[in-house]
Amino acid sequence: MQSILRVEQLGKMYKIAPTRARYETLGDTISTLVRRTLLRQSRLELKQFWALRNVDLEVKPGELVGIIGRNGSGKTTLLKLISRVTLPTEGRIEAHGRIASLLGLGTGFHPELTGRENIFLNGAILGMSRAEVRGQFDEIVDFSEIETFLETPVKFYSNGMYMRLAFAVAAHLQPEILLVDEVLAVGDAAFQRKCLAKMNDIAGVGRTVLFVSHNLGVVSRLCKTCVVIKDGHIAYSGTPTDAVGYYERDLLAAAGSSREPHVLFETSETIDDPSVVKIEMLDGEGRSKATVATWDEVVFRVWFQSKEAIRNTGVELQINTIEGQRLVWLSTRPDNTVQMDFAPGVDYVDCHIPRFPLSAGEFTIGVGLAIPGMKWLWLREELAQLRVLENDVYGSGMAPVTGRAQIAFEHTWKTSAQTRNQESGDASNV
Amino acid sequence: MHSYVEANSNKPVPIVAITAAGARWSRQYFVDLWQARELMFMLTWRDVKLRYRQTLLGAAWAILQPLLTMIVFWIFFGRLAKISSDGVPYALFVFAGLLPWTFFSSAVLSAASSMVENSALINKVYFPRAVIPGAAILAALVDLALSSVLLAILLVAYRTNPGWNVLALPLLLIMLIVTAIGVGLGVAALNAKYRDVRYALPFALQLSLFLTPVIYPESMVPVAYRPFLALNPMVGIISGLRSALFNAPYNGTLIGISLLSSAFLAILGASYFRKVEVDLADCI
Repeated sequence: MQSILRVEQLGKMYKIAPTRARYETLGDTISTLVRRTLLRQSRLELKQFWALRNVDLEVKPGELVGIIGRNGSGKTTLLKLISRVTLPTEGRIEAHGRIASLLGLGTGFHPELTGRENIFLNGAILGMSRAEVRGQFDEIVDFSEIETFLETPVKFYSNGMYMRLAFAVAAHLQPEILLVDEVLAVGDAAFQRKCLAKMNDIAGVGRTVLFVSHNLGVVSRLCKTCVVIKDGHIAYSGTPTDAVGYYERDLLAAAGSSREPHVLFETSETIDDPSVVKIEMLDGEGRSKATVATWDEVVFRVWFQSKEAIRNTGVELQINTIEGQRLVWLSTRPDNTVQMDFAPGVDYVDCHIPRFPLSAGEFTIGVGLAIPGMKWLWLREELAQLRVLENDVYGSGMAPVTGRAQIAFEHTWKTSAQTRNQESGDASNV
Repeated sequence: MHSYVEANSNKPVPIVAITAAGARWSRQYFVDLWQARELMFMLTWRDVKLRYRQTLLGAAWAILQPLLTMIVFWIFFGRLAKISSDGVPYALFVFAGLLPWTFFSSAVLSAASSMVENSALINKVYFPRAVIPGAAILAALVDLALSSVLLAILLVAYRTNPGWNVLALPLLLIMLIVTAIGVGLGVAALNAKYRDVRYALPFALQLSLFLTPVIYPESMVPVAYRPFLALNPMVGIISGLRSALFNAPYNGTLIGISLLSSAFLAILGASYFRKVEVDLADCI
């Protein structure tokens, strides 16, 4: 079968100057020009950075291709190049058909416009003609379930309504190739299911979907093929199961190579004061612990430093999903048994979790230093990555994983018969 | 689900080839531009719709602004300073100059800020970027159309007799729009790269009002300086528009110079825009 999308030796290079502002002023350019001509100064300060290089990819019609990789690996750059948002520095892309990109839901939605108006506006932005939008209007409204609010400005919509409408318009695009970037990170479970089903339908009728996601469970369920992008090139391509396996092994290897396995975060650059300098994992006996699995006993030891003494301080620890949703927020302060003061120098505090309640998967850890109720001294919401390993806690052969649910705490089930038996047993004991 | 198949079955499948900055003015670019016209109209519609939302007077502002300016100018320059208006009632004279000037200045100003305002779109979706300043200019054109109704009423009220000269009006309008597009595209691209434009442009436009015969007739300028003045295309356009409306003889030299200068600005603006457009998403 002929491929619908062919990417050959694709590369995108950015020139980055870490010290310079994001945009130049005329004065900057003039002074640089003057300096360059008078002092023959070269563009030394500009560094070349290849966000993507030597990428080859062939996609057949009707394929649903998953693209996974760590943040900053080049996934979004690849989608931006294919969708023509930005031009490649080298290489070539050939696409047989219209390309529509969903690099963010609701691109171009205007809060002041009504739902109906935004459907037409967003449709036009995504490349649909008025006639096409009109032809699909009822389906879009049906899918989004907002019919009663069609004439209401979207600024009054709930987040869920907004997302549903945005996805509905995009899902009813009729491109031969649809590019989707992490749209499913938002919305509730019902919405996500609906979106996934729709994407499956789209691929089912011969359209091609390229799908970037952090949600490995979704990728393996939905996609037929999957590529892993690493440092700007395709590191692996194959079946979703193999690709996800490769990606997970690579993550583990990367975590091990940079520092000791039980250290989640460590820095020697201490620009801020006070600040957190290290986070490590220990087991219940205070020994270093390289991995954490569901229901493990684990201690997070947070090392912080302060130049001066600060009274009545607190330390906070959050765990977030990879999509940025906060799952837990643990703090020394509401817990009244802890009285903390920072003394000058480096110190640590331990957060002991007897049974770690998260499913197997990727999370991020955030840490904050604060004077509780007064102000933040330091806060990083995504300071370190945390990988939770599978643990068959129910003894059923099915370990809880994030693809199913993020949290798995201790619990028991009891049938009515068991309850009755127990009651009668209790009664007979009396 | 069958609707997917149906809607596309009779449509030819386009083949898109994307390479490292190839031919800047390829045929494909114009095809894309033509296909994006609906998007441009939608963005224009959005701009017009939003501009007067939550205002009491609504679109009446499009007429009120030049009307009030006209009244102020009429009192200060016509009545108090007694500036000549070549035999035409001063109110009418200054209004005929204010309309194209207001259009030009608001088109250029909104085109300049349009790219930055729509950077979210530029970073997420591909379409020919010229659509964005194009929509800003079109929205200004809607205002011009509205206030032109008032001009027509004034022309009737003052019992002016346009004569055959009025036939050139469409050509002069095209020249006005081309000038606005050229300068608008130029400043839009400049502002995307250098945000200085945001501060310099309103100031420059304010000054240019006095370098353009809006409140005074070009006959007040010494003959020797007029050709240089006409390098500002708005000079020839406003002179021509007045001749067309008031049945005065056309100043061919003036309009000719302005026409050349307008064409030059249009080519310059469009080429610079195209040059910047290629890597716009990376710098905005």
